[in-house]
Amino acid sequence: MNTRWNEKLRRNGFGWGLVLPSLLFLGMFTYYPMLKSAWLSLFEHNLAVRTPVFVGMDNYKALLHDPIFVEVFRNNIWFAVGTVPVSMALAFVMALFADKAIRGKGLVRIAFFYPNMIPMIAAASIWLFLYMPQFGLFARFASWFTGSEVNLLGNPDTVLGSLIVMTVWKEAGYFMIFYLAGLQQIPKDLYESASVDGIGVWTQQLRITIPLTMPTTLFVTVVAITNAFKWVDHLWMMTKGGPDHASSLLLYYIYETTFSFNDQGMAAAMTVVMIVLLLVISCFQFAGWERKIHYQ
Amino acid sequence: MKNAAELSLSATLRPEKAKQSLNRKFRSAKRRRMAGQALWHAIMLLFAAAWLIPLMWMLRNAFLPKDASIGAGWSWDFTLDNFSRVWQGAPFGQYMWNTLLVTSGIFAVQIVTLTLAAYAFARVAFVGRQFVFMLFLVQIMVPSDVLIFSNYQIINELVLLDTKIGIMLPYFASAFGVFLLRQAFKQLPYELDEAARVEGCSSLGILLRIYMPLSRPVYLSFAIVSISFHWNDFLWPLIVTNSPENRLLTVGLAMFAKSTEAGAQWTDVSAATLIVTAPMLIGFLLFQRQFISSFMHSGIKG
Repeated sequence: MNTRWNEKLRRNGFGWGLVLPSLLFLGMFTYYPMLKSAWLSLFEHNLAVRTPVFVGMDNYKALLHDPIFVEVFRNNIWFAVGTVPVSMALAFVMALFADKAIRGKGLVRIAFFYPNMIPMIAAASIWLFLYMPQFGLFARFASWFTGSEVNLLGNPDTVLGSLIVMTVWKEAGYFMIFYLAGLQQIPKDLYESASVDGIGVWTQQLRITIPLTMPTTLFVTVVAITNAFKWVDHLWMMTKGGPDHASSLLLYYIYETTFSFNDQGMAAAMTVVMIVLLLVISCFQFAGWERKIHYQ
Repeated sequence: MKNAAELSLSATLRPEKAKQSLNRKFRSAKRRRMAGQALWHAIMLLFAAAWLIPLMWMLRNAFLPKDASIGAGWSWDFTLDNFSRVWQGAPFGQYMWNTLLVTSGIFAVQIVTLTLAAYAFARVAFVGRQFVFMLFLVQIMVPSDVLIFSNYQIINELVLLDTKIGIMLPYFASAFGVFLLRQAFKQLPYELDEAARVEGCSSLGILLRIYMPLSRPVYLSFAIVSISFHWNDFLWPLIVTNSPENRLLTVGLAMFAKSTEAGAQWTDVSAATLIVTAPMLIGFLLFQRQFISSFMHSGIKG
């Protein structure tokens, strides 16, 4: 009896000892900051109020009435709506193409995937020039259409769209990788027997490829949506959220509120909003994972 | 009705001709399919070419003399001046060294924490395993980007602002890596464990001599994903550092690009961008297959 207890104790100590280093770092930089943000979000603490004052939910109420926060939130929704479906659709088509045994396949994969290998800040500095009025390639192209000089990043109407185009360029190749993996798991004889039965290529994609890559689509959707709320480097480089907050996104606004306006209470409240948002998005994936198990 | 009857009659009467028309039908279908294929290839190759425009644009500007870049026309001039100017204008060598140090430091510590935790989740039945596993899931869902504000305060309280260790610390544990590795460990047969134990090998010895070597491909996948992520990371290193001695490549590039006057010096910025992106781009070009397969790997299981 005694030895069994000893064995149990030893095993538990060993197990906890093994996870402890990871748990320590995760605790310090994930769980503690989360709880701390939740706690701080209940206090007013900014340049005007040096010692924190408990205000309950007032910071959240203030967020709802902050026109900039509302605009930034709306921008972020539009940013997600603009980037997610387009980059996913492109990724799917790219994968169909890169999956086939054709000449130049390697080159095509490189062309689509390399944007993912370069830092967002570097991509942003390249695209800043592409969009630069008078000189930039895309700006020249746009002014050729409109007949007058175009400042794509300086105009509130075009700035978000311009950033969406860049993000799609950066991300589509990344999602292509997951679709490539998904395509390779589809048994090839399904296509062969479909061809023998005289089913056309389009119908094959519709009836075989799309349904069988559904788990991939679900996974990529979650990654793409969470990414849409995380991209921020390009704003620092290209627009600083401007003009007039037209291109600002949630995380960038948190950064600004923290480091430029020094409003810690509000920054904490926004952090909590983002955490909740991300947790809700991820939950969709868990719901989907259950379904994925059924498929297999 | 009449037509159909006629058709069948003609088919029986003149089998040769019917065969010919059928052949022609097949051939035209084949031709149509081939035309479709060609069109599809052309479109996608055009797409790939379009995707390369920003890279080409950067390359061209990086090697273009300053005054030629402002002209609207195409110029064949070629120079390396931009690189020497950039290299003197900002300590990019130092930045690169810092980035190398930080990314490899993070990865080195991660290997240790990952391996231990993954082994515990895969093979040790300890009380509270399910609960701790759920805790780990939370980190995957809430990435550290979102917590920059509180993490900054913690680094500040630890008096680690503007240090390399301050940049690295939040990434020393990776829940994502733990999941990846746990999956690999679980797939190894138990018999190996037992055999080693019979030989008198301890648990840690088994981990070191059997589990780690057999999971080398997974470590490689994680290495690629982790290193490319931290090599490219920007906002966190920007916040934590404020002196050139501790700045990373990405932050250095951003500072350099901001300090140059708008427009006039974009050949310099292109050269700087090329310096920053080159290591990852070259690595990717050389090991394209490994890169892509490790991203596939990590995606499916993550």
